Amino acid sequence: MTMKSRAVKKGTTLRVIKTLLGFYPIMMPATIICIIFSAIVGAIPAIFMQNVIAVVERSWQSGDWNSVSKEIFSFVMLLATFYVLSLLSSLAFNQMMAFITQGSLKKLREKMFSGMQDLPVKYFDTHNHGDIMSHYTNDIDTLRQMISQSFPQLMISTITVCTVFSIMVYFCLWLALVVLAGVAIMLIITKKIGGNSARYFFRQQDSLGREEGFVEEIMNGQKVVKVFCHEEESKADFDRINDRLFEESQRANKYANTLGPILNNIGNVLYVVVALVGGILLLTGVPNVSISGLAISISVVVPFLNMTKQFAGNVNQVSHQINAVVMGLAGAQRIFSLLDEQAEEDHGYVTLVNAKEVDGEIVECEERTGIWAWKHPHQDGTLTYTKLIGDVRLHDVDFGYVEDKMVLHNITLYAEPGTKVAFVGATGAGKTTITNLLNRFYDIDDGKIRYDGINITKIKKGDLRSSLGVVLQDTNLFTGTVMDNIRYGKLDASDEECIDAAKLAGAHDFITRLPEGYQTMLTGNGSNLSQGQRQLLAISRAAVADPPVMILDEATSSIDTRTEAIVQRGMDALMKGRTVFVIAHRLSTVKNSDVIMVMEQGRIIERGSHEKLIEERGKYYQLYTGAFELE
Amino acid sequence: MLKELSKSIREYKKSSIATPLLVSLEVVLECIIPFVIATLVNQIKAGCELQVILGYGLVLVAMAGFSLLFGALAGTTCATASCGLARNLRKDMFYKIQDYSFENIDKFSTSSLVTRITTDVTNVQNAYMMIIRTAIRCPLMLIFAFIMAFVMGGRMGTIFLFVAPFLAFGLFLVIRKTMPLFKRVFKKYDNLNNSIQENVKAMRVVKSYVREDYEKEKFGLAASDVCADFTKAERILALNNPMMQFCIYTVMIFVLSFGSYTIITSRGVDLDVGQFSALLTYSFMILQSLMMLSMVFVMITMATESAKRIVEILQEKSTLANPEQPIYEVQDGSVDFEDVNFKYSKKAERMSLADISFHINSGETIGIIGGTGSSKSSLIQLISRLYDATEGVVKVGGIDVTQYDLETLRNQVAVVLQKNILFSGTIRENLRWGNKEATDEELVHACKLAHADEFITQFPMEYDTYIEQGGANVSGGQKQRLCIARALLKKPKILIMDDSTSAVDTKTDAMIRKALREFIPETTKIIIAQRISSVQDADRVIVMEGGTINAIGNHEELLATNEIYKEIFESQNKAGDDDEE
Repeated sequence: MTMKSRAVKKGTTLRVIKTLLGFYPIMMPATIICIIFSAIVGAIPAIFMQNVIAVVERSWQSGDWNSVSKEIFSFVMLLATFYVLSLLSSLAFNQMMAFITQGSLKKLREKMFSGMQDLPVKYFDTHNHGDIMSHYTNDIDTLRQMISQSFPQLMISTITVCTVFSIMVYFCLWLALVVLAGVAIMLIITKKIGGNSARYFFRQQDSLGREEGFVEEIMNGQKVVKVFCHEEESKADFDRINDRLFEESQRANKYANTLGPILNNIGNVLYVVVALVGGILLLTGVPNVSISGLAISISVVVPFLNMTKQFAGNVNQVSHQINAVVMGLAGAQRIFSLLDEQAEEDHGYVTLVNAKEVDGEIVECEERTGIWAWKHPHQDGTLTYTKLIGDVRLHDVDFGYVEDKMVLHNITLYAEPGTKVAFVGATGAGKTTITNLLNRFYDIDDGKIRYDGINITKIKKGDLRSSLGVVLQDTNLFTGTVMDNIRYGKLDASDEECIDAAKLAGAHDFITRLPEGYQTMLTGNGSNLSQGQRQLLAISRAAVADPPVMILDEATSSIDTRTEAIVQRGMDALMKGRTVFVIAHRLSTVKNSDVIMVMEQGRIIERGSHEKLIEERGKYYQLYTGAFELE
Repeated sequence: MLKELSKSIREYKKSSIATPLLVSLEVVLECIIPFVIATLVNQIKAGCELQVILGYGLVLVAMAGFSLLFGALAGTTCATASCGLARNLRKDMFYKIQDYSFENIDKFSTSSLVTRITTDVTNVQNAYMMIIRTAIRCPLMLIFAFIMAFVMGGRMGTIFLFVAPFLAFGLFLVIRKTMPLFKRVFKKYDNLNNSIQENVKAMRVVKSYVREDYEKEKFGLAASDVCADFTKAERILALNNPMMQFCIYTVMIFVLSFGSYTIITSRGVDLDVGQFSALLTYSFMILQSLMMLSMVFVMITMATESAKRIVEILQEKSTLANPEQPIYEVQDGSVDFEDVNFKYSKKAERMSLADISFHINSGETIGIIGGTGSSKSSLIQLISRLYDATEGVVKVGGIDVTQYDLETLRNQVAVVLQKNILFSGTIRENLRWGNKEATDEELVHACKLAHADEFITQFPMEYDTYIEQGGANVSGGQKQRLCIARALLKKPKILIMDDSTSAVDTKTDAMIRKALREFIPETTKIIIAQRISSVQDADRVIVMEGGTINAIGNHEELLATNEIYKEIFESQNKAGDDDEE
C-alpha cells in the first residue's frame, strides 16, 4: 500500500488556497471580497438593532409613538439598507462560489487526469488501480463540501468574530477579556478534539482507498472467486478491512460530532460567567477601561451579553465545519500526492517528421507522404534528417524491473529494415520485456538501443512510440463504437480507412455480423466480444495506425488457428515492408520469420531462420517438435 | 427501498433510536436556556443582588452541563449508528455479490459495483447521520419556537405564518429543480469515472499510441459536461442561503418597527422589551430550523439516487440457488449432456448452445476445439454450474448438477477459466485458493504437475514471491501455469482447462498434459484449446461449430472424416509437415 496513515501535513491548507487562487485568479479574490463585505455588512445591523431597542427602552413608558417614530424609522431604514447590501453581496458570492466549487473540482480532475497520463507505466504496474480511482471519487467528493460550504462559512464566522470583538472592546475591556479567555478555552478544545478527529478522518480516507482497492480486485476476479468457492474467505478478508474502516470513521465522526455540543455549552457557560462578572463589576464599581469611555452600567452589560451569544454562536458555526474541513484536507492531501508523482521523464530531442525525397535528399514536409524521417538537431545548430527505415539494434542490453534482479542479460540483436524478427522461448524468458524496452516503458540499465542509428534515449518518447505499432497480449478496448476503437490508431482516419484496416486484420467479417456493425457500442473493455474478437480489433487498430515498425506480443494467441490462417494473409500484407517483432508461442505464427530468437532466462540462446534452427536440433527444435515428442 | 436499507441497521438499532431521543433532550434544554437567560437579563436590569445572579448562574451551568452531556452522547451514538449502517451496507452488498451467479455478475460492471460500495454508501451514511440528528431536532425546534413566538409576541407571531410558507415554497422549488439535475449528473459522473478506470487499465495502449493528449481532451470534454450540470444544480442550491437571509431580514425589520410601535403605543402592555428581544431570538431559531430542514432535503435528494443503486444490488436475486436437499458427494467424473440448449440471458434471441448431447466417461481426456465464438466456453461452464442450462439436463457422476450442493460440485469440477486472474498476495496464498489446508508438499507437487515449480524456484522469494494485482509481475504463461496448479490443488474429479495453456509454449504444454495423464489418471480432463497439438492425444475430441457439436471422435477419425478438424490441423501443420524430413 502506498497510502500510509498520516497526520495533517503542514501546508496542505495553504496549498489548497493557492490552488484555488491559481484556478480563479480574479473570481476567487472577488468572491472573497464579497464574502468579507457580506460578513461585515451583516454584522453592523446589530448596532442599529441595539439602538432601536435603546430608544424603545427609553421611551416605552411615555406611550408617545410620534415623538420617537422618526428616530426609530431612520434606524430601521439604515438597517434595511445594510440588509439589502448584505443580501446582494451574499447572492453574488453564493453564486460565484457555486461556480468556483464545481469549476475547481473540474480543473482538479483534469489536472489529475492529465498528470496521470504523463506518469510512467511503472506507476500503474505498481499501484492498485482501485486506489488510484479513489482519488477521483472519494477524495474529490470531500473537497466539494469543503470549498462550497466550509470555506465561506469559516470566513464569515472569523470576520464576524473579529467585528464583534472590536465592538466588545469598544464597550468594556474587562468583559472582553473574559470572553477572550472563553474563546481561548474553546480553541484549545477545538484543537484537541478537532486534531483527534482529523487524525481519524485521514485514516478513514486511507482505509476507504484500501477498501476500494480490495473490492475492485475481488470484483474483477469475481468469477474466479466463484469457481474456487472462495466466497467465505473473501468475505472474511473484506470484513477485516471493512471493520477497520468502520472503527476509524466512527471515531472520526464521534470526535467531530461531540465538538459541537461542547463548544455550544461552553458558550452558554461563558454567558453566565459574563453575567456574573458584569454583575460584580456593577456592584463593586470598578473603573471601566474601554474605547468608548463609557462607565460600566446596565446599558453596557446587557448588549455585551447579547454579543457574547453571537460570539459563541459563530465559534460554534466554525466547529460545525471542522468535519468537512478535515475530510477535505485529507482528500486534498491524497490528491496532491497523486499530482506530485514524478512524471515520465523525456529528454529526447529527435523528432519524427513527414518527409519526401528531393534529388536523393530527405526534406521535411507538412503533408503525409508515407515517408518518415528523424529530425536530429545537433549541438552546433545544424539539422540532419535520417530516413526512418526501421533498423533496430540492441547492443549488450541488461535490464531488471527491480535493481538487484536482472531480467535480461547481454541482449544483442539486429533487426534489418523490413524483416520479421520473432522471439520464442518459455514463458518468463524475457520476451515481453524486450518490447517494454523498445518503446521505453522502462529504461535499460546497461547497453544501447539504436533505432536507425539513433540512440533511442535521444528520441522524443511520443515520436518513438508513434513509430512503433504495438499489439499487446492483454487487449484493452475503450467505451465507444467499434469504429471509434479502430480509429484510435489514427484519429483522422476516414471510415473507409478503418474498414480497410479491419479487412486487413480479418476483423471485418465478425464486425459486420454484430447487431449494428461498425457502430456497435462496446462497453466494459468490449465484454460483449470474445477474447479472439478483441484481439482482431486490436490488430485493426494497429493496422490503421500504419506504423513503420510493429511489435506483436502474442497478438493472435486467442484467435483460433483457422481464423488465424485467414488473418495471416492480412497480417502478411500488413507486415510487408515493415520491421516486425513477433512474440508468440504458436510456432505456426513465427515460422516464416526472417530471424527467430530463442530466449531462455533473459538470454538469447539460439538465433537464425526456422530451417537453420531446425537443423541445429537445439532448443528450438525441441520446442517445435515438443508436441510430437510424446508420441 | 427504505425497508431494504433499514434491514442493514441491525445491531445499530439502539444507537439509531437513542440518537433522536438524546437530541430531543438536548433540544429541550437548548430551548429553555435562552428562556432562563432572558429572565436573568431582566433580573440584572432590575438591579438584583449578586447572589441571585449566582443562583441563576448555577442553574444555567447545570443545564449547560446536561445539554453538553446529551449532546456529546448523541454525537457518539449518531456516529456509531451512521458508520455502523455504512459498515453493514457495505458488508451486505459485498456478501450479496459473493452469492451472485455468473449471470448476475455479467449484469454489473466492476467500476459500477465499486462506486456503489464506496461512494454511494458514503452518501447514504452522511444522509443517515443528518436524518437521525435532525429528524427530531428541526420539527421540535420549529414547534417550540413557534409556540414561544406566539406566546411572547401575540399578534406579532403571525408574521411567521406569512414568511414560513414563503420560505417553504422556495425550498420546495429549489429541491424540485435540482432533483432531476442531480439524477442526470450522477449518471454522467458514473461514465466519467468509468472512463478514468478504463484509462488506468489501458495505460499501455494509451502510451503506445501516444494518445495522452487525445485522452486528456476527451476527458476534458466529459469533465466539462459533468461540471456544467453540477454547477447548474449547485447554483440553484446556492439560492437557499440568500433566500433564508431575505426572510430573516424581513422578519427582523417587521418585528423591529412593528414591535417598537406596539410597545410604545401600548406602554409595554401588549409587549415588553424582554419579550421583544426574545421574539427576535425565536424568529432566528425558526428560520434556522427551516434552513436545516432544507439542507436535510438536499442531502436526501442526493442520497436517494445512491440508495436506489445500493438497493439494486441488495435486491438482485441470485439466479442460482442451492437445492433444498443437496447431495454432498460426487460419485465419479463422468459427464452427461442430454438435449441441452443454452442462452446467456432470457432476452437473447439466439441459443448459444443448441441440441448438445454427449457422454464422457470418468477418467477420460476430452479435447474441445472450434473457432472463435463457437461456444466452447459456454459448454464447459454448464458442467460446474456457473450457468444453468436453459433446456435439457447436465449430469455429473450420473446426477443432475442442480441436485448437488454448489460448493461440493465446484470443488469436484475444477475450472481453469480462460480469463483467469491471480490476486495480490504471495504465490503460496494464491495457490491456497485451491485448498486452504494444502501442505507445502502438496503445493510443490501441484506446481510440479503444472510445470510452475521450475520458474517459482527461480524467484528469489520462491513460493513467497508477492504477486501484484492481476498478476502484473508474472508473464502470461506463468500466470496460466499458476492457475492450473491452483486448480489441481482441489484434487477434483473433473478438471476443465479453458484455453489455459494458450500462452504456454508447446513443449511445456505437452509436458503438463503428460504429467496430468500420469499423475491424475482417474480425473476426467476436459481441454479446450486452439492448438491441435493440445488435443490430439486426447481420448476423444469434440469439434464445435456455431453452438452445436459438429463431430466427436479421436484425432485419426476426425482427421479422416471431419472437414473442420482437418482444416484446423492443416492450418497449423502444413508447414510443419515439410519440416519433418
